[in-house]
Amino acid sequence: MNDAFGLPQSVLVLGGSSEIGRAIAIQLVERRARLVILAGREGPGLEAAATAVRGAGAAEVATVAWDATDVAGHTRALEATWARHGPIDLVLVAVGVLGDQERLEHDPAAAAAVLTTNFTGPAAALLAVADQLRAQGQGTIVVLSSVAGERVRRSNFVYGSSKAGLDGFCQGLADALAGSGVRLVIVRPGFVRTRMTAGLPGAPLSVEPAAVATAVLRGLASGAPVIWVPGALRAAFVVLRHLPRRVFRLLPG
Amino acid sequence: MEQSWQLLTGWGRTAPSLAELVTLPGDEPERFLEALLDEPAGGTVVRGLGRSYGDAAQVAGGRVLSTQRLNRLVRLDGREGVVEVEAGMSLDTLLRHLVPLGWFVPVTPGTRHVTIGGAIASDIHGKNHHVDGGFGSAVRSLRLASPTGVRTLAPGASDAADREAFWATVGGMGLTGVILAATLSLIPVETASIRVDTERANDFDDLLARLESDQSYRYSVAWVDCLARGRQLGRAVLTRGDHARRDELPARLARSPLDFAPRSRLHAPPGAPRGLLNRATVAAFNEAWFRRAPRRELGRIEPLSTFFHPLDGVEGWNRLYGPTGFLQYQLVVPLGTEAVLRRVLERLAESRAASFLAVLKRFGPADPAPLSFPLAGWTLALDLPGGRAGLAPVLDELDELLTAAGGRIYLAKDSRLAPRLLPAQYPRLEEWRAVRQRLDPRNVLCSDLCRRLDLAGHRHPRAAAAAGRARPGPAGAAEASPLPTARGRRAQ
Ligand SMILES: Cc1cc2nc3c(=O)[nH]c(=O)nc-3n(C[C@H](O)[C@H](O)[C@H](O)COP(=O)(O)OP(=O)(O)OC[C@H]3O[C@@H](n4cnc5c(N)ncnc54)[C@H](O)[C@@H]3O)c2cc1C
Ligand SMILES: NC(=O)c1ccc[n+]([C@@H]2O[C@H](COP(=O)([O-])OP(=O)(O)OC[C@H]3O[C@@H](n4cnc5c(N)ncnc54)[C@H](OP(=O)(O)O)[C@@H]3O)[C@@H](O)[C@H]2O)c1
Repeated sequence: MNDAFGLPQSVLVLGGSSEIGRAIAIQLVERRARLVILAGREGPGLEAAATAVRGAGAAEVATVAWDATDVAGHTRALEATWARHGPIDLVLVAVGVLGDQERLEHDPAAAAAVLTTNFTGPAAALLAVADQLRAQGQGTIVVLSSVAGERVRRSNFVYGSSKAGLDGFCQGLADALAGSGVRLVIVRPGFVRTRMTAGLPGAPLSVEPAAVATAVLRGLASGAPVIWVPGALRAAFVVLRHLPRRVFRLLPG
Repeated sequence: MEQSWQLLTGWGRTAPSLAELVTLPGDEPERFLEALLDEPAGGTVVRGLGRSYGDAAQVAGGRVLSTQRLNRLVRLDGREGVVEVEAGMSLDTLLRHLVPLGWFVPVTPGTRHVTIGGAIASDIHGKNHHVDGGFGSAVRSLRLASPTGVRTLAPGASDAADREAFWATVGGMGLTGVILAATLSLIPVETASIRVDTERANDFDDLLARLESDQSYRYSVAWVDCLARGRQLGRAVLTRGDHARRDELPARLARSPLDFAPRSRLHAPPGAPRGLLNRATVAAFNEAWFRRAPRRELGRIEPLSTFFHPLDGVEGWNRLYGPTGFLQYQLVVPLGTEAVLRRVLERLAESRAASFLAVLKRFGPADPAPLSFPLAGWTLALDLPGGRAGLAPVLDELDELLTAAGGRIYLAKDSRLAPRLLPAQYPRLEEWRAVRQRLDPRNVLCSDLCRRLDLAGHRHPRAAAAAGRARPGPAGAAEASPLPTARGRRAQ
């Protein structure tokens, strides 16, 4: 069950090897979570995440083979997960790839794959997750969106548009879930120092994965529908969102 | 029979969950047994007036049986002072029957809007616990519908299993079955007034000393200023009293001494803005309240409702906390562990956790119910605004302290206890579980509280089974929900 602070006892992470996902799972385990299920592509990354979460004190950690691009298989995969481990109080969607924008611009198939991994796949999975949680009568969905989707930029528009799609989808889904006992929280981090951003020039206001986790726990308690990390980005985007296009285009990065 | 999918919360309005709310007709109590035998996959729990603060009277994805229509007065013996009532009757209604006839309920909580069933299931305590014990002590017998059948249970039953079932139901949080009716011993009164003595305590030691000598008062409680620190820590106003005799009433009241018709006058605004009750407003309130309280006043005559149920004057006051709701933290620590109580007050004052109400009281001895909250010691209760993640670890830290000292948290108020502390806080948990299991071998009964704390001790196979087969969202669930809860509303 989720408690009065929105803290869950069982957690499913889609994109189980994600570094941000791992940081959030660890903080949830340090509070109330006793069961963590990590769903992702099998490999050392997933195992390492399981070890870390176990080390944080989870009573039970399971890994499940799950590929975001297997869109047709989501319903069955999630049903099986629930049958085995349900009820699940909180589902975190942490799957995503950044992609090399320059290459993607000339490789339509690769660009489409990024869109599938970041948008089509998670969106389909979210619908299956929402059905499971509705049947439970309670639950929380946390989705890692990105400020990149808030206003899509020339420098990473494949990734940015995938996040814009996912973010919009989640806003609608959150409304659809109103009154069902299930709530959906959108997280919009800026630049987070993980392997996804390794090698990129650091942006101002960059944060560690743990900072995202702390902000998520705060949001679970406060009931915020959208969480910006760091919080200052919310105000920044009020401005950025309304900049005329010809000015926006000139911004660095 | 009415049924619809509803989003339910406790009085604190945190952690909403959706369930099928079923209101059964009052004239056929057997229907409650039928409903239990139906075994819906998500589990079943019974709900009274939903005045428990947390998640005791709700079950996500399951079925909630409302006792709203089960509300008749069956029999009143005006000579002996015994009443038999159906379990859905509220103390408010019961008092309106009883007081004019010169009788009072054995125990009343801080609100009249609780049901007899809820009062027994939480083994509630009042300002007279140090003298009269908890609500369970005044129950002569009760009728219980559990999944294994309907039976009449009494503390003095000849069959040991029936006695055990009785005490497992008292304080059993609805997890042994549905209480259908109960027979209660009453307190005779000459008036509908209380004779109240008010005095102040300047600090913690002064406060405890005064509360230790309250055996001469039937009703006793202290209001502690939780924001006072340092030398002022524990500064409090004590209000203590007893039912006024007829000859103590002023002439104006003596003409009809048993008049009892309390009314709720004010309504809290429905959509209170977030943070209306913040530290500044609470501090100002505490200060003003303190200044207003007389330093010492003896023999003041107050109406019952002012003395016992001051908050009932403002309907829906729980909404003042805004969309994130609030929680009540209520603990008890045994006599002799006053240092822990002091530490708790200090820590709360340090954390600047605004608290509208902090009540301290000395409890008398525990009753025989294994899951009952009161034990001989000090109980402190305070309201805390929800929505603040930082408060969670502070409360966890206090829980560790009080658990180590042999203390516990009140389940009827809880919405956030760490489950692993439960067995230490309720050392007779296993005994209770064994009796519960006899009454409900197929684990039909379950609540969100039960799942969260693993009260019944089986991690709910039913919940897993229910979750496995996703059903399409209950049709029209959103429209049916009466209170777009905190989260629901904000998400829009
Ligand atoms: C303002 C306020 C002041 C309060 N002051 C006090 C106080 O001073 N002392 C105190 O002890 N408590 C106090 N309480 C708590 C309250 O007395 C208890 O939570 C009580 O159980 C609420 O009764 P209810 O009918 O609303 O029950 P609900 O909240 O609906 O249910 C509470 C529990 O009782 C069970 N239950 C309800 N009906 C039945 C039944 N017929 N058969 C079996 N189980 C049943 C439910 O399953 C649930 O577990 C206060 C609450 C409020 C809001
Ligand atoms: N880092 C940032 O600056 C930042 C900023 C804003 C938002 N985000 C978002 O936050 C989320 C987590 O990112 P992160 O920083 O933690 O990076 P990360 O460690 O690379 O996490 C991304 C995760 O996605 C998984 N994944 C990729 N393709 C998959 C597929 N087809 N099927 C299943 N899993 C797949 C990866 O698994 P493998 O181990 O199998 O590759 C990895 O677990 C992402 O959605 C990202 O877009 C990140």
